[in-house]
Amino acid sequence: MNEIIGIEHYLVVGAILFVLGVLGIFLNRKNVIVILMAVELILLAVNINLVAFSAFMGDLVGQIFAMMVLTVAAAEAAIGLAILVIYYRGRGTIAVDDVNRMKG
Amino acid sequence: MIQVLAFYLFAALVVASAVMVIMARNPVHSVLWLILAFFNAAGLMVLVGAEFIAMLLVIVYVGAVAVLFLFVVMMLDIDFAAMRASFIKNFPLGIAIALVLLAELGLGLGAYGAGGLELGTADGATAARSDVSNIEAIGALLYGPYIVLFEIAGIILLVAMIGAIVLTHREPKPGARGRQDIGKQIRRRPEEATVMKNPDIGQGVEL
Repeated sequence: MNEIIGIEHYLVVGAILFVLGVLGIFLNRKNVIVILMAVELILLAVNINLVAFSAFMGDLVGQIFAMMVLTVAAAEAAIGLAILVIYYRGRGTIAVDDVNRMKG
Repeated sequence: MIQVLAFYLFAALVVASAVMVIMARNPVHSVLWLILAFFNAAGLMVLVGAEFIAMLLVIVYVGAVAVLFLFVVMMLDIDFAAMRASFIKNFPLGIAIALVLLAELGLGLGAYGAGGLELGTADGATAARSDVSNIEAIGALLYGPYIVLFEIAGIILLVAMIGAIVLTHREPKPGARGRQDIGKQIRRRPEEATVMKNPDIGQGVEL
């Protein structure tokens, strides 16, 4: 039955998820929590692509790599939310569209 | 047939919940939609035979990351309505960029579908095996050729954990009420904490 559901189907789902993640970053420019969630969506899209290629090519390295993406996503969420908490403590808001304190 | 049905169910749900993640007015609802998206993505992965990654997705994302998000969203007292102000303003630009990205990805997918690229086949060491389960094969790879990668992942998680603790830890203010000083409690001796009195009847004691 895998002749009907091919790798292209999974890649389309991954592409749609990726685009939705990018769109979420643009639409919620002020709300950094939703931005972080959109980044998680993008990483999920990457994982779906990796797993799909791994399964349809019969090579398990893709799944190993998906695990590494998962690790980095978890670490990124922990650090990002920690930064968010100390930012909120200092300013009492999390509006990030005018963060220019470091004048980068 | 059931596979096709399940694929379209999971795919539709994951896309719909991703839309709700970025569109929901309340970030708490966003987190809950994110959990639904991860569950359905895990379903997609089970469908393709990657059970271990699917279970990992449920445990790590739903069990840890989403709950972390939920805690932070509920802990911070934020006026989320004001945050929606830029939503309409950014809408045209966001849609335009999303369409460009979608067109590019569709182009790549179409080119791949046209058969322009040979994917090749897996070599012996990492090829999927039909005689063992998915988790067994992944374990053999992870604790074999990819042990260094595995340990680096552990280091990354350790650094992230320490970093998050260091960032959010606050030293208690000296002399703050309600703080327990365990060393002071242990150093306390009976002689300095109690006195013996032998008052006369009807005299009472001076404390």
